[in-house]
Amino acid sequence: MMRQILPYPLLSLGMLILWLLLQQSLGLGQILLGSVVALFAGRALAALQPEQPRIRRPFKIIHLMGLVAVDVLWSNLAVARIVLQGRHRKQTAGFLLLPLELRDRSALAILACIITATPGSAWLEYDAVRGTVLIHVLDLVDDQEWIDTIKHRYERLLLEIFQ
Amino acid sequence: MTEIPVWAAILVGLFALIGSLLTFIGCMGLARFDSFYQRIHAPTLGTSFGAIFVLAASIIYFSVSGQRLAVHEVLIVIFVSLTTPVTLMLLARAALYRDRAEGNGNVPAAALGKDTVVKAADDL
Repeated sequence: MMRQILPYPLLSLGMLILWLLLQQSLGLGQILLGSVVALFAGRALAALQPEQPRIRRPFKIIHLMGLVAVDVLWSNLAVARIVLQGRHRKQTAGFLLLPLELRDRSALAILACIITATPGSAWLEYDAVRGTVLIHVLDLVDDQEWIDTIKHRYERLLLEIFQ
Repeated sequence: MTEIPVWAAILVGLFALIGSLLTFIGCMGLARFDSFYQRIHAPTLGTSFGAIFVLAASIIYFSVSGQRLAVHEVLIVIFVSLTTPVTLMLLARAALYRDRAEGNGNVPAAALGKDTVVKAADDL
């Protein structure tokens, strides 16, 4: 019974908190309205039947977030430099096929967001059968360096967190 | 405008300037780069630290001037960093699909994984 009304209690609670933060109010009306939104959001997600992610080491998430923030900052500067150099610059953009050990769907989604959110690299296509991903890199000088960075920095941490 | 101390004004100005500069450079890249795949990298400047610096300026201004608790900005950072990659991936995959369908030849061929499996099943 409880599972039918609240299939994802954490998600629903998060939605309610988000709603109250957006409204900047703790009034009874807003709490009721937010609860309705949270209930429907939980049931909408249940209709998608997602796999329940198993997070084994939640504290590593903070480590990962810190790592990503620093990397995104540096690649912001790197891409800004490439843009400012303009057309004089030699073309170094290219595609890269990367083998992955990661299989967990949630972990793959997070890795896709990290790589795409970082300026200078974009996640294009994941092949679930071969376990490879096609990435476009703006400044592709050394293939192996990119493969090592993504595998050692992000994939290793995600494997520790999820598998 | 409420009066705010000088140190806060300097920080707010500096952050707003850095943020808008990064966003502007991102827009320049969008106009300058040649291929579609290069162009998807440029706007991420504006949606990552371009946005973060502008929002940090906003947090400092509204918190120091005491008008309200600044949490909207944090929510904006979360929403933007979740939604941008999804949109970019959709656009990039559409471009990839089109380039392959039209045989433009400047993109890697489709992954053979699925086809190979289908063939193997046929062989049985």
